[in-house]
Amino acid sequence: MTVHDDALVKMVNIWKSFGHVEVLRGVNFAVKYNEIVGLLGDNGAGKSTLIKILTGVHHPDKGEIYWKGQKLVGYSVAKARDLGIETVFQERALSEQHTIWRNVFMGREITTPWGFIDIKKEREETERIMRQYMGFTSAALSVDSVVGTMSGGEKQGVAIARALHFQADLIILDEPTTGLSLSETQKVLSFVEEIKKNGKSAIFITHNIYHVYPVADRIVVLDRGRVVGEFEKATISLEKLVEKLYLVARTGKLENNQESAVSGIEEKPGQDFQSLMP
Amino acid sequence: MARLKAAEYRSQLSVVFILLAIIVLFIVGSPKAFLSGDIYAAFMSTIPFSMIMALSLTLVVITGEMDLSFPSIMGFCGYIFTVVFHASGSFPLALLTCIVVGLGAGFLNGLLIVKLRLPSLVLTIGTQFFWAGLTQVLCGGLGKTLVPTKQSILYYLFVGRIGGKLPAQILWAVLIGFIIWLVLNRHRFGAHIYFTGDNPASARVMGVNVDKVKMVVFTQMGGFAAFAGVLASIEVLYFWPTLGQGYLLKTIAAVFLGGTPVEGGVGTVFGTFIGAIIIGILEAGIIAMGMSGFWTQLVYGLIIVVSIAMHSLLRRKII
Ligand SMILES: Nc1ncnc2c1ncn2[C@@H]1O[C@H](COP(=O)(O)OP(=O)(O)OP(=O)(O)O)[C@@H](O)[C@H]1O
Ligand SMILES: [Mg+2]
Repeated sequence: MTVHDDALVKMVNIWKSFGHVEVLRGVNFAVKYNEIVGLLGDNGAGKSTLIKILTGVHHPDKGEIYWKGQKLVGYSVAKARDLGIETVFQERALSEQHTIWRNVFMGREITTPWGFIDIKKEREETERIMRQYMGFTSAALSVDSVVGTMSGGEKQGVAIARALHFQADLIILDEPTTGLSLSETQKVLSFVEEIKKNGKSAIFITHNIYHVYPVADRIVVLDRGRVVGEFEKATISLEKLVEKLYLVARTGKLENNQESAVSGIEEKPGQDFQSLMP
Repeated sequence: MARLKAAEYRSQLSVVFILLAIIVLFIVGSPKAFLSGDIYAAFMSTIPFSMIMALSLTLVVITGEMDLSFPSIMGFCGYIFTVVFHASGSFPLALLTCIVVGLGAGFLNGLLIVKLRLPSLVLTIGTQFFWAGLTQVLCGGLGKTLVPTKQSILYYLFVGRIGGKLPAQILWAVLIGFIIWLVLNRHRFGAHIYFTGDNPASARVMGVNVDKVKMVVFTQMGGFAAFAGVLASIEVLYFWPTLGQGYLLKTIAAVFLGGTPVEGGVGTVFGTFIGAIIIGILEAGIIAMGMSGFWTQLVYGLIIVVSIAMHSLLRRKII
């Protein structure tokens, strides 16, 4: 396996089972420096599982992860964050009975040497973050608002702002636009563009090809634990891509195309695609 | 004003109100007893034992767990203290051994709960019987005097009477309450306790070591139960083989009275502090009012039901 220097992160031959269910079956997946990757796939395809492995929540049964060319060992959530990976989880990962400022710094509180929380600093930072990323003008909201009392869009806003704030090299957004209004979706997409402009990378997981196509550099399609297709956006039009996705959904087949071998990962040419329909 | 804060204050305020109402009731019902200082000195000598354990148990309950074994750990550690004290003649050594054993027993609870994924409610029923049984087997149902502990300065430091009146143990309870408050509200570990109880899955993916939090919380429970066992024993200068009995429900009730919900995620040290006082004065107060001791349980029941209903209503207003 050749190690490509242009990969910020590279997951090689990842296998993962829950009990007897094989959720990931030899997935190769990479994100380059300053690249936005759209990760598409049906419900249960394994998208969230793949990124939870990347964020140290789950450990793969088999396979390796390389960060900036370095193989990762003894991986954990804390280590992923130290490396510079931030995630907006599909489940949002918020503590609903607690305040916005507590949530923003959950798991990495700003502390003094003895481990006491610098509450003043955390609240001030939260105030700033909220204004910058959420357009925090609503009089009803403050850094002391309890997350459980907020609207779905506002909660998502907290989860996204929290991830963007730490200026990570890789930001993972797992279905960030689900349940959002049109204008809120637009805001999320502009954040993704911002990530690109700032020279950082992102993984954007969604069911909505129309959301991800405009902002992605590359689209990866996952189906039943395998990568079944990869497309550089520059080489395929939206119409063509939609057509292909329909083809996968209808027949479970997607003719192997030249465009797919551009990910920085060796693809076996004859990779067999799984049938979607019984 | 923050909505959570406001609700929390309302909830704390209401327990204080209940406490004041009870005291006023007692003063009206039995002015002679309740206008003299003596009864309050008596309260301050007996309440600290369960108060210390209630403060400690608050952390366990906030993480969404329960511990039913602390009264047995208290008893077992009281036994260890007595044995080591008589063998060595050293109060500090006996104290240290006893606390370490308590921490160990608590750690064992935590370890089994975390590693074997056992429900704490069930597991600690088991360890409760285990420690109580072990104590009985070892002491053979016999108590032992602790009068010689009076030769140690530590005796006066722990349960002496300051100025001839104020029981030292109440100061220890207040100090422990303050330390637990500090950890819970100002330290990152306290934040992790809240996150763990509120939503362990979220806490875990955000990098909170949920398992470690639970283990530490059960461990400290064992340590404070041991300390309470020493205080309760040297206060009466006798190790009773039944030490610990009668503390379980009152201590748990103090936590719930104080507004910490059984599901965890939220809760206050101050609430538990007041809850422990309420539970502690009820019994003596009811008897001082000339009612029979039979009334105590009935009144306990009423107060507990009314106050947890009140906390629940206050909470639902905000979420
Ligand atoms: N912790 C777990 N334990 C057991 N099974 C799991 C666990 N996490 C995921 N699964 C299973 O793994 C499969 C893939 O789940 P995953 O969440 O990765 O899919 P997904 O592609 O993100 O789907 P969606 O688009 O619905 O979010 C599903 O069948 C799911 O039930
Ligand atoms: Mg998912």
